Amino acid sequence: MLQIGLWKRLFIWGLVALGLLLALPNAFYTRVEQSNDAVAAIEAGADTPENQAIAGQWPEWMPSSLVNLGLDLRGGAHLLAEVQVADVYEARMQASWPEIRDALRPERATVGTIRLQDSQPGTLRIRIGEASGMPRALEIVRGLARPVQTLTGAGSTDIVASGQGDIITVTLSDAEKQATDERTLQQSLEIVRRRIDEVGTREPTIQRQGADRILIQVPGIGSAAELKAIIGTTAQLTFNPVVTRTTDANTSVGPGEKLVPSLDEKGTYYVIETAAVVSGEDLVDAQPAFDQNGGPAVSFRFDTTGARRFGDYTAENIGSPFAIVLDNEVVSAPVIQSHIPGGSGIITGRFTVEETTNLAVLLRAGALPAKLTFLEERTIGPELGQDSIEAGKVATAVAFAAVLVFMLLSYGLFGLFANIALVINIGLIFGLLSMIGATLTLPGIAGIVLTVGMAVDANVLVFERIREELKSARGPARAIELGYEKALSAILDANITTFITAVILFVMGSGPVRGFAITLGLGIVTSVFTAVYVTRLIVVMWYERRRPKQIEV
Amino acid sequence: MRLKLVPDETHFDFFGRWKLWLGLSALMVVIGFSSFLLQGLNYGIDFRGGTTIRTESTQAVDIGQYRDAIATLGLGDISITEVFDPSFGPDKNVAMIRIQAQDEQEAVTPETIDAVEAALAVVVPDIKFISVESVGPKVSGELIQTAVLAVVLAIGAVLVYIWLRFEWQFALGAVVALVHDVVLTIGVFSEVQIRFDLAIIAALLTIVGYSLNDTVVVFDRVRENLRKYKNRPLKEVLNLSINETLSRTLMTSLTTLLALIALYVLGGDVIRGFVFAMIWGVVVGTYSSIFVASTILLYLGVKRDWTKQDGNAGNQYANIDA
Repeated sequence: MLQIGLWKRLFIWGLVALGLLLALPNAFYTRVEQSNDAVAAIEAGADTPENQAIAGQWPEWMPSSLVNLGLDLRGGAHLLAEVQVADVYEARMQASWPEIRDALRPERATVGTIRLQDSQPGTLRIRIGEASGMPRALEIVRGLARPVQTLTGAGSTDIVASGQGDIITVTLSDAEKQATDERTLQQSLEIVRRRIDEVGTREPTIQRQGADRILIQVPGIGSAAELKAIIGTTAQLTFNPVVTRTTDANTSVGPGEKLVPSLDEKGTYYVIETAAVVSGEDLVDAQPAFDQNGGPAVSFRFDTTGARRFGDYTAENIGSPFAIVLDNEVVSAPVIQSHIPGGSGIITGRFTVEETTNLAVLLRAGALPAKLTFLEERTIGPELGQDSIEAGKVATAVAFAAVLVFMLLSYGLFGLFANIALVINIGLIFGLLSMIGATLTLPGIAGIVLTVGMAVDANVLVFERIREELKSARGPARAIELGYEKALSAILDANITTFITAVILFVMGSGPVRGFAITLGLGIVTSVFTAVYVTRLIVVMWYERRRPKQIEV
Repeated sequence: MRLKLVPDETHFDFFGRWKLWLGLSALMVVIGFSSFLLQGLNYGIDFRGGTTIRTESTQAVDIGQYRDAIATLGLGDISITEVFDPSFGPDKNVAMIRIQAQDEQEAVTPETIDAVEAALAVVVPDIKFISVESVGPKVSGELIQTAVLAVVLAIGAVLVYIWLRFEWQFALGAVVALVHDVVLTIGVFSEVQIRFDLAIIAALLTIVGYSLNDTVVVFDRVRENLRKYKNRPLKEVLNLSINETLSRTLMTSLTTLLALIALYVLGGDVIRGFVFAMIWGVVVGTYSSIFVASTILLYLGVKRDWTKQDGNAGNQYANIDA
């Protein structure tokens, strides 16, 4: 007979209640969202009476997770950036030149003169005066190699040197390249995150995608261009030795040197050494400040290694100029007056107060280790999002009503049971979406509407089966029982196959496709639950009260 | 009084003209496929790279004026379409401008977009740029690959699932029906030249899921009836099974269609193509689960006796489940 144990009943209703409770905040979306924002602000320290009042709009003991609205519904910007990891190889090799040169110098007697040659980016080519000294030179260069600090790269070293004739070629090893890629990406992610956080927008998504990509989605921002301006500013600060100063824009430079324009003196150029003495990565702090004359400036402090290098360099080069280079422009090129041991200094230039504030922020947030190329960018205006939400709401309501009426007309009382289950079903989908913090997109709404259509399928299967069983002149209880029993395999097979496609969509898809896969997948889970357990329980409860001799499905 | 789509008992002969149905399907597949080969699909920027700009203004959209404004920039192929939607008010005029991916550009250039926006702002002072989307050629190529892979994987995965749950003949029948549905849907998109973008792939995969849903329910009943009526010819069993599940098939298709049509009419123009694909898929999927999947099954034949080993005659009634 139709029997469902008490504990099972309580469990089923408990799950339904829990799901609906989790879904409830979405019915008061704006209020809950404001309240959540206020709570976050209070936690961040802005404990004002206004914030307290707004936070009080939603009771603390209620669940307050909401379904995130996707960019297509809320408006905002989406960027897919590719990190040019190879940039870093070049910088690494350039930085190792002084080290190699200094290591070879004491061996001049065997290797002869040491000259840097032009080469492909990411490789160093060094010509030595005495080809016969090659074995010794290679030995020294290889001696500079350090072991790679990764699991996969165990046993390998960071640089590879080979000699041919009188040319030594030095490159990064493959293991080191891999390790560098990984570091570069982590660092870029971190810096992008910090920059976006400085602007303080709500719930940005900053995700790594694949080997060298970063996906950035920021709701509520005006345009992708604005977002690019925030994260794309490099603020690459370096301190380089100055070779010479010139007014000729076409000055030819030697290997390992480059020509950089001056920031505030038009027509002035500096030839500087490419390898920096210290770079922005060694900075630990930067603050807007004022110089001795009261002009706006930025003060900075290096970490210990940076401070030591800076100190050593200034001690050895008193009297010569060095350039403070910001994003490939020389901010200033003071002459070193004395040894600067503490690792702190001040950048002056013709800045406004606002510029120094921005520069300090950018320096603090660190420079991006490599250039970002933008492969995909999307801006969705808030008006379009609002329109889509409105259209989605109306369409869902109409679809919902049409299905409810249709089911009621087709199956009468049993249709009503199915409809109750359908309403619960939608509630559960929203409850689950809120719980996992999933993002609702426009195709996601389509997924819900599709679920509305398909959710009745399991019920239809059962009801049609009960009709059939009734025809074979069985009692109502037996017919209901057999209906559920026999329809189960079809329900499961049909839903598992759809679920498989939802999983594939989720794994392979991106953006809106994923949003659709999530609602479709969750919809399948909840509709099987409501059809197999909830409707059945409702039917059983009704049957127990009424004990009809005959039923019509 | 109940609404009944299908009488309590039906005795349609679905296989009387199976050659005709299969021929018709084959013809449609050929038409769809050749349309795809001949004129291809109207790929959106997701798959082709480029930029789409959605504009809105209170003035009526004059496509010629828009085109002239942008033409001076020399951006190659530009398509401008006015978007109509019943939900737009009289002072809401929307156009979509699509600019092809520019040669030798790995990534998206904001300069191009700025230039287009500036040029349009001159001729239509109150123009607003509601959405701007750019996809670089590098990503769009990958998106095509992933999309094709997703569809193939989905079909492969369900093939395996049905093979495990049923027999290989069922799996093959279901998959032929699926491929039929996918080809016909792509064919329609090629014929009508509706924009084919990432969301349509989601729709395609849903169609795969939906069509399967239908097919599996029919097959489930076939399997049950094969055990029940061990000596009836396969054709009769198939016919009976489809007739028995017909009421359910139509009910479910109808409720789904009701929901989808509501979305098509009221859901706004942004997802109309997507919903169109699904509506078409539901119709085709329902048809194919009856006329294609089952016919293939009939053609392949099914091992009838589940209980006995080959060559072990005499045990035929040893395991009857009444």
